[in-house]
Formats: sequence, structure tokens, C-alpha cells
Amino acid sequence: MIGIIDYGVGNINAFINILKQIGVPYKKVSNESELVNVQKLILPGVGHFDYAMKRFQDSGMIDKINKMVLQQNTPVLGVCVGMQMMANNSDEGILPGLGWINAEVKKFDSTQLIGNEPLPLPHMGWNDITLEKFSPILTGLENNSHFYFLHSFYFVCHEDSDRIASANYGSNFTCVANHKNVFGVQFHPEKSHNYGIKLLKNFSELC
Amino acid sequence: MLKPRIIASLLIKDGGLVKTINFKEPRYLGDPMNAVRIFNEKEVDELSVFDISATVKGNGPNFKMIENFASECRMPLCYGGGIKSVAEAQQIFSLGVEKIAISSSAIYNPTLITELSNKVGAQSVVVVLDFKKNFLGGYNIYTHNGTKSVNKNPFEFIKGLQLLGAGEIVLNNIDRDGMMNGYDFSLVEKVRNVATLPMTVIGGAGNMADIGKLIKQFGIIGSAAASIFVYKGKLKGVLINYPSSEEKTMLLKEYLKF
Repeated sequence: MIGIIDYGVGNINAFINILKQIGVPYKKVSNESELVNVQKLILPGVGHFDYAMKRFQDSGMIDKINKMVLQQNTPVLGVCVGMQMMANNSDEGILPGLGWINAEVKKFDSTQLIGNEPLPLPHMGWNDITLEKFSPILTGLENNSHFYFLHSFYFVCHEDSDRIASANYGSNFTCVANHKNVFGVQFHPEKSHNYGIKLLKNFSELC
Repeated sequence: MLKPRIIASLLIKDGGLVKTINFKEPRYLGDPMNAVRIFNEKEVDELSVFDISATVKGNGPNFKMIENFASECRMPLCYGGGIKSVAEAQQIFSLGVEKIAISSSAIYNPTLITELSNKVGAQSVVVVLDFKKNFLGGYNIYTHNGTKSVNKNPFEFIKGLQLLGAGEIVLNNIDRDGMMNGYDFSLVEKVRNVATLPMTVIGGAGNMADIGKLIKQFGIIGSAAASIFVYKGKLKGVLINYPSSEEKTMLLKEYLKF
């Protein structure tokens, strides 16, 4: 059973629809007691880093989820700001991140130029991804699959081995990261048509 | 690389899907959820839903309807119509919408942009501006479905939007709405000169070449359209349609300078 962490941030229903469609058992979890029988977790997220961290802290689930992820090796997929929350810290806010992946979150440099124009922020729209190393979460998603992005901050892994795929916006940045049982994607698989459905299916099939 | 977005825009009036001409004569086209299901199959880049009855009638957003949209959409969804407060916006996000669009409340209460941006992040805050050309050849912004003129210099207002916390601006030309005679490039040019934030243009696309030309001139830009994605043929028979990914690739190849 996949538990979709419902802490008031992010598009829970969009995940539910896709999991329903591909026939994967799921449940929404919004408090600690609902975490029983959950073997995998999805941490969605949109919006401001501190706001999302604060809501997650206030949800009362954080200790139990930390334990599941760090001690019991429960696979977890962070999406967009959910991925960024897995880092140590973010330029966007002052609260510490979850520190599940040794990484930090930085802001795109809006002063750099694309052609003669400054880089517009946020990075918004469909972009290709480039695989850097194999990960079961990207099985069947050959190079140049495209996904929907909507963000102004990006994930910087401190360990090269955690970088799975990158995208280019002004410069290359990590858009899929994986450290042990912790997976993060900067794009929105729940809003990326069949590519996103494939990725969520891959996640659901991880052992 | 990042691709220009080709956005299908749906107008909702009293829960039904409609299409207007110059913001008038809303023609009923059917059940909007059917359109969404077809757009899912067609793998639309992005969907915008504007409830044109929400502000005018003063009812505010129809949350049940928005929830239905958000659950059905397998692509990013932007909702606009009747949002006046951070609380309403947050409720809409919690229903699963990626972006919210504000227009009259952004104009009359610009601090709302900042409050929203601080809560949800700039990437999700879209400001929609409806323009009409005035008799001097300049532009005025309108609200309330084009019925109220705004006494502000549009370009000065736009200059301040990024700083206020807006993440995207949607330019709509009322004179072109439903006319299918091409986008207003001079408006886009004027706005590009004062703002760098992501931009989407709507109003006037009559065929895919119009979208191609916009991309050719402005590069990474959102091109939104309604008529061409809901009508087919000269007689405007209702047929929900959208270019296939091959057609889109061809279009970008033809018009986008790499």
C-alpha cells in the first residue's frame, strides 16, 4: 500500500487518480495512526519551502515518517517541493530540510542570459530529461522523455552517486535524485501524462 | 530543452463550457468534464479554466467544480475566476490545482499577489490581464469580463508584478477574443519590454500557424487558445481537438529557432 502524505500541501487527488487508474493500492495519510500498513510513501508538495516544512512539522507525522524512511528503509518519493524538502536546506527558506538526501536547494540565477534574454523564472513547462545513471524508477523512460516542471529553485546533490537524471534550464540541474530508499523528482509526474504514469508505476513496483 | 507551452483554455459559465467572441455572446458547447477527458487523451501541455461567471455574479469560486477538474486533469491546471482571498486560493490548491489566476483582485488589491506568493510560491501565482486597444492606439486593462476599464497605466503595473511576487502573466486581447485572426504581437512586444516573467498569450489564434508565428517571434512563450481547440471548420462545429505530439514537434521544428 502506498501512503500519500496529506499535510495540506500538494495535489493529493491527482496522485490518487493515477494510482487508481494503474490499479495500485493507496491511501491518504494525514496522521500517525494512518501510517499502519503503508509500505511506500509519496511526499507531494507545491509552494514555498518554509510553508511546506511548517505544515509537515505541524502534521504530527514527521517523527514516525523519519523513522520509516531512515530506519525501516521505506521507499519514499518526493515530488517538486516534496523533493526539495528531502535536502538539508533551501535558499528559499530558513527552516532546515529533512536531510534524507545530502543536498541543498538553490535558486536559479535569473541574471544569466538565454540568447539575449534573461532567464525567465519560474522554470515552467515541458522539458526533456537526460538519464545519468540507471535507476529502477526510470525503467522504460529512455532519454528525452519529457515532464512538466514548475519551480524556481533546484536540487543540488552533494554526492554524485545520488544524481539520476538531469534537465537543462540555463544550465544542467538534477531533476531525479536517489539515495538508498529515498527518491526525489523535481517535475510533476502526476501531471506529465504517460511519462509520469510510467514513473509512478515504476515506483509502485519497487521492492 | 524547455518547450513552448500550447495551452487549451476553457471558459466556464454557470457550470457549462462556453466560448465567447470579444467577451460577449457566450455559446454553450457542452459539459466541460467531457472536454477535459478528451484533452487528457490528446496529452494537452496545460489546461486553463476560467469561470467567467464567478466575479461578475459575485459568487466566488465554485469549489466543487474545481475539484472535479483537478481530479480529472492529467496535465497541469490553472484556475481563474472570482478568487479574492488567500484562504480561497489555498482551498483551491488543496483541491489539486497547480496554478491560480487572479485578475480584478490583482489589479485592485495588488498586495494579494504578495500574500499568495509568500504562501504558495511565485510559480503558482498567475496574473491575467484583459486588454483593449483605445482610440489613441494605446492599451487599457479591463476587468469584469471586459466591462470595467481600469484607470492604471498597464505597462507600469506590469513592471511591478514580478516584484510583487507574480510567477506568470497572461495577456488577453478582448478585441481578438474568438476572432481567430491572429495574436496581437504589438501587445506582447510592449509587455516583453517591461517584464521578464513567463508569459502566456491568448486571444486570436485561428490556426496552428498563428501559434507557430508567436513562438517564432517570442521563443519560449505560452500560446493559449480556445476556439481552435473546441471548433472545427468554417461553420464552427463543436469538436474538441488538439495537435498530436508529432504535429507539435513538426510545428516547433518549423517555427522555433534553436
